[in-house]
Amino acid sequence: MSDAPLAQSAPRAVVPAAAQIGSSRWRSDAEYVVIPVLAIAASFLLFAVFLLAIGKSPVEFVSLVWRGGFGGAFSLQNTLQRSSPLIMTALTVAIPARIGLIIIGGEGALVLGGFVAAALAVPLIGVVPPMPTLILMAFVAMIAGGVWIGLCGFLRYARGVNETISSLLLTYIGIAIMNFFVEGPLRDISNPNKPSTKPLPDSYMIGSMPGTSVHWGFFFGVVLCVALYLLMSRTTFGFAARVTGGNFRAALAQGLPVGRLIVACTMIAGACAGLAGFFEVAAIQGRANASLAAGYGFTGILVAFLARQNPLVIPPVAIMFGGIVAAGGLVQRRMGLPDATVQVLEGLIFVVLLTSETLYGRFSIFKPKGR
Amino acid sequence: MESSILIVLVAMLGGAIRVSTPFMFVALGECLTEKSGRVNLGLEGTLVLGAMTAFAISYHTNSPWLGVLAAGLSGCVLGAMHGSICSLPRVNDVAVGIAMMLFGVGVAFFFGKPYIQPVAPHLNSIPFGFWSDSPNLKSALQINPLFFVGIAAAFALAWALRNTRWGLVVRTVGDSAAAARAMGVSVNGVRLMTTTIGGFFAGVGGAFLSLSYPGSWNQGLSSGQGLMAVALVIFARWSPLRCVGAALLFGAAGAIGPSLQSIGVTQGYYFFNAAPYILTLVIMIATSSAKHSAADMPGELSMAK
Repeated sequence: MSDAPLAQSAPRAVVPAAAQIGSSRWRSDAEYVVIPVLAIAASFLLFAVFLLAIGKSPVEFVSLVWRGGFGGAFSLQNTLQRSSPLIMTALTVAIPARIGLIIIGGEGALVLGGFVAAALAVPLIGVVPPMPTLILMAFVAMIAGGVWIGLCGFLRYARGVNETISSLLLTYIGIAIMNFFVEGPLRDISNPNKPSTKPLPDSYMIGSMPGTSVHWGFFFGVVLCVALYLLMSRTTFGFAARVTGGNFRAALAQGLPVGRLIVACTMIAGACAGLAGFFEVAAIQGRANASLAAGYGFTGILVAFLARQNPLVIPPVAIMFGGIVAAGGLVQRRMGLPDATVQVLEGLIFVVLLTSETLYGRFSIFKPKGR
Repeated sequence: MESSILIVLVAMLGGAIRVSTPFMFVALGECLTEKSGRVNLGLEGTLVLGAMTAFAISYHTNSPWLGVLAAGLSGCVLGAMHGSICSLPRVNDVAVGIAMMLFGVGVAFFFGKPYIQPVAPHLNSIPFGFWSDSPNLKSALQINPLFFVGIAAAFALAWALRNTRWGLVVRTVGDSAAAARAMGVSVNGVRLMTTTIGGFFAGVGGAFLSLSYPGSWNQGLSSGQGLMAVALVIFARWSPLRCVGAALLFGAAGAIGPSLQSIGVTQGYYFFNAAPYILTLVIMIATSSAKHSAADMPGELSMAK
């Protein structure tokens, strides 16, 4: 293992199987749909037992989640709004997973991206018109996030530093950097309630997509998913990255620029989270403060694993969790449950989902015929 | 000027002893787990759940030591969960650790809601500064008994790993699963046991967070200590005794911010608060290598350090 630290850590299950051949492909693909769905069903069942044990009604819970997340135009738009940062932070996990890295620091890149965007806006407001300001803000947010997560990739390649731990450490450091500036040099003194940067005026905020109250972040998130899917599965770059993730030694032997591939993948991943931070600031909060660290980066990890690190599957999974997160408040008020209820459910789904990895290849019904 | 430097140093000494205790317990637990060839990244969740359980039990029974025991048992449950899930084929221990971290924190926040306000009996510290006239030194030497329990546990663990049959089995499983199987040892069974005991240690570390002076439970009690302890084990090269030294170093780094605050330096408070994370990162960069694996690393560890 000495000269192949990356290959060692690449979990087999994280990287989807290589393309299957022939007409029986749907059979083996079905396995990747049926098992996660079974895992979700099993975790909801376990969660129902948990609710019954503490004397709450699982039926009421499900109906509240449905009403708060998906029933009706208002709640549906709220859900889409919340799924936008989940889509982008899930990409922060999914892209490095292809090259064999487990990154869990999307939260930090989101916070830092949002903060840098808000800080850049302060001197530009009133001087530069809204559109160029927003484009610049998005750009620096992506750079900040990209550098942050790219650093994890670089340290992994150059020094063998475990990227899972370093990315989480950088999350705490990133949040500390934002707190330092928001409570110190960049604090808006006219706002005594919550330490924040100066707010963006309404004319500088990103509006919603026509006919909805959902901001443009959702649209860009879906576009990013499609673009990154194409990048990772239809280009030489993506192929080289997947080869590196599958077998580090083979990639080295082929003369692939392994280091550059790793840094590129992690920078793209960080840029996604940074963009999520930009949209949180420019479309929702209007300023950078502690509310940026709302846990989207952590839920994004779960979304990515549930989507089996496939960018095209991320949006629907993110919408599902966006709905659960959006319904959290309603569940809390109506059922008298703590706000951590959603966290328990998410943790349970995550644990059961990873346990279900053991089921792959166990059912003969999914085996292609004649093999 | 000179006296304020002294105050900071004394406060850092006290802080190092205080802050290092949870690091020490989590690191000892993780050290044992990793010795058997498995990584449990979920100890952050175990730490938080341990803190909540200890506080709740101490509140209801008026006995902080029962709280410590309950915290350890709650850690056992999470450890056993991790250990048994990872015994299944094709399951990745690092990913399960991340899931267990989110799960443990979620459960702790869920059940901990009613305990944010009340006050529970805490573990009384032992005043070792009785000989001194300096109030600063006196407060720095208010040492919690769990600190000594941790040091005793480190010595016991180091001895047991080196000198007992049990220790030999754990080390063999960690270095070569094939050799252990040839010896007739159940590899998954041993790893389940080490992960469960490791969870116990981390749970006790959590009890310190909520039951040491002044003793309170809130959602911001731990911010990454459990994860930093995993990095600390790498730094300590999988030796329980070196874990104690490393924990003290991390504790001192964590005490920089509050110590400077005690003499009125509040500038850059958030940066000093980030000192332990930065130190951890710097240490990881300094001790890792891209070319070869760390010295003394158990051969079966899936996670390349």
